[in-house]
Amino acid sequence: MTMRIDLPEETLAGVLAKAFGNRSFVIGLVITLLVVAVALVSFLWTPSDVTRLVIADKTQSPSHVHWFGTDHFGRDILSMIMVGARNSIAVALVAVGIGMGIGVPLGAFAAARGGMVDEALMRVNDLVFAFPALLSAIMITAIFGPGAVNAIIAIGIFNIPVFARVARAGALAIWPREFILAARAAGKGMTRISIEHILPNIATLLLVQGTIQFALGILAEAGLSYVGLGAQPPMPSWGRMLFDAQTRMVTAPWMAIFPGMAIVITVLGLNLLGDGIADILDPKSRRRR
Amino acid sequence: MSLLEIENLSLAIGGTPILKGVDLAIAPGEVVGLVGESGSGKSMTALTIMRLLPYLARAEGRVAFDGIDILGATEDQMCALRGDDIGMVFQEPMTALNPVKTIGEQVAEGIRWHTRANRAEAEDRARKILDRVGLPEAKFPLSRYPHELSGGQRQRVVIAIACALKPKLLIADEPTTALDVVLQAQILDLLRDLVRENRMGLLLISHDLAVVTEMADRLTILSHGEVTEAGDTARTLSEQQHPYTRELALASMHVPARPKPHLAGSAKPLLEVEGVGRDYPGRRISLFRPAQPISAVDDVSLTIEPAQSVALVGRSGCGKSTLARMILALDKPTTGTIRFRGEAITGKPESALRPARRDMQVVFQDPYGSFDPRQKVEKLVAEPLHLLERQPAKAERREMVAHALHEVGLGPRDMDKYPHEFSGGQRQRLSIARAIITRPKLVVADEPVSALDVSIRAQILDLFAELNQKLGIAYLFITHDLTVARAFADEVLVMHEGKIVERGRAAEVLDHPRSEPAQALVSAMPDLHRAIARRLQEQG
Amino acid sequence: MTAYFVKRLIIAALTLVLASMVVFAVMEILPGDPARLMLGLNASADQVEQLRNQMGLNAPLVLRYLHWAGGLLSLDFGRSYTYSVPVIDLVRERIAVSLPLALIALALSTIIAIPVGVFSASRQGRAGDTLAMGAAQLGVAVPNFWFALMLIYLFAVWLHLVPAGGFPGWSAGIWTALKSLLLPAVALALPQAAILARVARSALIEVLNEDYIRTARAKGLPYRAVLWRHALRNAMIPVLTILGLQFAFLLAGTIIIENVFYLPGLGRLIFQAITQRDLIVVESIVMLLVAAVILINLIVDFSYAVVDPRLRGRQ
Repeated sequence: MTMRIDLPEETLAGVLAKAFGNRSFVIGLVITLLVVAVALVSFLWTPSDVTRLVIADKTQSPSHVHWFGTDHFGRDILSMIMVGARNSIAVALVAVGIGMGIGVPLGAFAAARGGMVDEALMRVNDLVFAFPALLSAIMITAIFGPGAVNAIIAIGIFNIPVFARVARAGALAIWPREFILAARAAGKGMTRISIEHILPNIATLLLVQGTIQFALGILAEAGLSYVGLGAQPPMPSWGRMLFDAQTRMVTAPWMAIFPGMAIVITVLGLNLLGDGIADILDPKSRRRR
Repeated sequence: MSLLEIENLSLAIGGTPILKGVDLAIAPGEVVGLVGESGSGKSMTALTIMRLLPYLARAEGRVAFDGIDILGATEDQMCALRGDDIGMVFQEPMTALNPVKTIGEQVAEGIRWHTRANRAEAEDRARKILDRVGLPEAKFPLSRYPHELSGGQRQRVVIAIACALKPKLLIADEPTTALDVVLQAQILDLLRDLVRENRMGLLLISHDLAVVTEMADRLTILSHGEVTEAGDTARTLSEQQHPYTRELALASMHVPARPKPHLAGSAKPLLEVEGVGRDYPGRRISLFRPAQPISAVDDVSLTIEPAQSVALVGRSGCGKSTLARMILALDKPTTGTIRFRGEAITGKPESALRPARRDMQVVFQDPYGSFDPRQKVEKLVAEPLHLLERQPAKAERREMVAHALHEVGLGPRDMDKYPHEFSGGQRQRLSIARAIITRPKLVVADEPVSALDVSIRAQILDLFAELNQKLGIAYLFITHDLTVARAFADEVLVMHEGKIVERGRAAEVLDHPRSEPAQALVSAMPDLHRAIARRLQEQG
Repeated sequence: MTAYFVKRLIIAALTLVLASMVVFAVMEILPGDPARLMLGLNASADQVEQLRNQMGLNAPLVLRYLHWAGGLLSLDFGRSYTYSVPVIDLVRERIAVSLPLALIALALSTIIAIPVGVFSASRQGRAGDTLAMGAAQLGVAVPNFWFALMLIYLFAVWLHLVPAGGFPGWSAGIWTALKSLLLPAVALALPQAAILARVARSALIEVLNEDYIRTARAKGLPYRAVLWRHALRNAMIPVLTILGLQFAFLLAGTIIIENVFYLPGLGRLIFQAITQRDLIVVESIVMLLVAAVILINLIVDFSYAVVDPRLRGRQ
């Protein structure tokens, strides 16, 4: 599929002015920073200790002591959500890193070389796309056993073809441009042009896709933890908390409501941020996902 | 009584004024030209008549069509007018048709909508009008899709849509700008005949004074949203009372001064192209038959001497850009050799091409696409410097960039700007600065002025001429525009369907073309002098 | 025209073959001897060896792959290690739950998303658009299994309108069976519908800015007619792409949702098989799901050509 890229022609000051006038961007940024801050604070302080089980306090409804209530082991839900944020962010971030780090060079290389190399890489892409993230997670778990690291690998592998496709489509739209021909006439090679001209011009596209995959990564991690393939107890994770809540929906609905809200708000923030960046830097660019 | 009357029309989009007090009138059967440079508000005038303005546009004044107040009409009234009494033809034929519908559907659609005819009747009428615009059913059945047609053919379909119901007024917004001169002449002929047959009024919008002069009875000149002059075409252009009119006319006919034209001599050739051909893999029609290769360039030979200026002219798609790319070693020929300064550059690895690349640079057509928007001018203009044997230090590099900028008429301060801070003409100057920074012997320029307004274009042509004189650079000018060739080429090569069909001294080829393709090009070329003379003669 | 279809078909077949190799290879690396597993810890080494020979486990790798892949083609997936019944029998029962669920969810999300996308695009920037897209933005952020829990809480626990989970089987009557699939389908469909609506809207807005839309307007067609007759079909191309990708997500989503609602589908089966290390079942289900994804992508590729004549080429 061909793609149109409108190259932004803006100075930094202009971009910043537009950024802070963009509602999606500002709200998204605030939410994202808030979530990151909560995760960081959890290293230093949480309302109560999430590793200590106080059975006497089990499944207490929200109160001024436990704002979001407690779970079936008497652990404070708010504290668990705070600690769980670390896990979600870390898994999604590393998975995006894997996807970008491998996918972008592959996509850029495929676009630069074209021909058989391109065709072969795209076929491998199709192959990976045929395995939904959860399916590859299941296979990886079947081999290595469940755990946060395996969740990262599973989500990361699935991210590779996504970034490869975006990078390739973006690069293919830039390659025929006259400034690339000019660079070639100036004797610059494929690699140098890719680094000097192609990558900076598709950076926005990648940034936007990055926030989208980050959000999807958080959802995927929650899904994997929920079915027991992600982070293992006692490490708190949002998906795992929902699993524990499931059988107690009647007696302790707060166990399900608050971790779910945490996921929704985080993903919402990231998506708004991505929308905002896309709007600011590439007003006409099409969001693909 | 006038068919269309525009009085004191003002238009603003989101608070930015676009048109200021425009007056214009068209009588039935009359051809009126609307001329102006880009951004003068020509297209917006047309869209106001159609009431197809962008969302935030606000129009004031009076627009009356056939007694109907257009600005006050309801949307239903406008829908009844559009396509029935007013037809419109647009600039870009490649994108003006819906890619997923057949041409038959698209032509018949308007007919069915307005006349409530049934499908068979509408298709019958569609067939007739398509036949009239030169797309007979035998070769172009209604079931064709737009992508199966060429640009010129698509523009005929757009004209068929606009004229299907014999409108009283036809608006043509730069209908031939995207086409080459031969197609342009054909489309203009077609429009002229259709207007005469059906006694339609025609509003012809163009940036090209020569085109408008050939077509229009009266013309209106627009500049920055204001009418600077309006009146009878021949009189307006022969008298040139308004300074802007004079400026436009002069720029349209501009020929840069070249005190010492190049004398073909015994000098060793700078560039030798010998029997070069380039095939592309064709589209596979069947899985079991190998695709027929398409020959874009076929057995081309040519030479260019130092400081010589050569124009390569031809219709779009004739292979001239492919040839240019092979000369620049950006594409590999299928057959033949190219020698630059006596050294073969074909079949060599990139590393062996460095000396050739240093002495051979390029200027492209699109002043907007030629620069990486993420880099500053200093880096952009300095890009070819990395071809030098010895890499200049930073200070020295800045010095060289400043010097190159000076040579193209820009200042050293421009170095720290981004390309978007420059106008189209300035960007083309930057493009030239980048091309000359390594002091090349040959510059290949692919349609370097065809995207520019006439006044800017005259300045850029002057700059090319000046650099040729001053630095002794040889040029290979690739163009479909014969005025550029005439302007300062020593020699003209005419290319047609991948082959060079004629070559000779510029004046000779352009005044007495021998081959058929060259004759077609020359006779199709709009010429302002000729057009004015003819108009005056007709009027006695 | 045929060239495009044949090429797509070959690519799909190739992907399927490569995918089967990947699945086979993964299962090969896995620790654990199926023969030992079937016979239990008390079996002697001889007995295990005998069973290994019987199961063809001692044959060379390539032969084993060919045998396995050949079996797949004739829908012979082998016998389950733990249940000792043909895998196909296990799977057939479960597909009767999973496939309807995925298809209902796909249909539901398309039926919701396309009208919302059209509505939003035609009212771009106005209140209705802002509201619809705000809801979509929220919908994209909601994990389907959490949404499922909330739906259970609302409709089953509070309102007692539908069962909270479980599946009575198709023999209990189509309506009863469908009723128990309703909540899971809604839980799967709504977040996907939010994504699809956003894509449909932006594709439509992009198309509405194309030159040919102006040509159609200049013919005298009212805005609405232009939207339905000219814009929508062109906007279908990106929508189809997303629809194809979504099917993969829906399948994966089915696996999780089935666990929320205790539905006896493929998702439940695969988790049971993992805990019981019934690898041949895991292998078969993974292969089935992958084949389904590849098939859907092939259908999407074919429908591109239906929508866009440019892909069909000259006739």
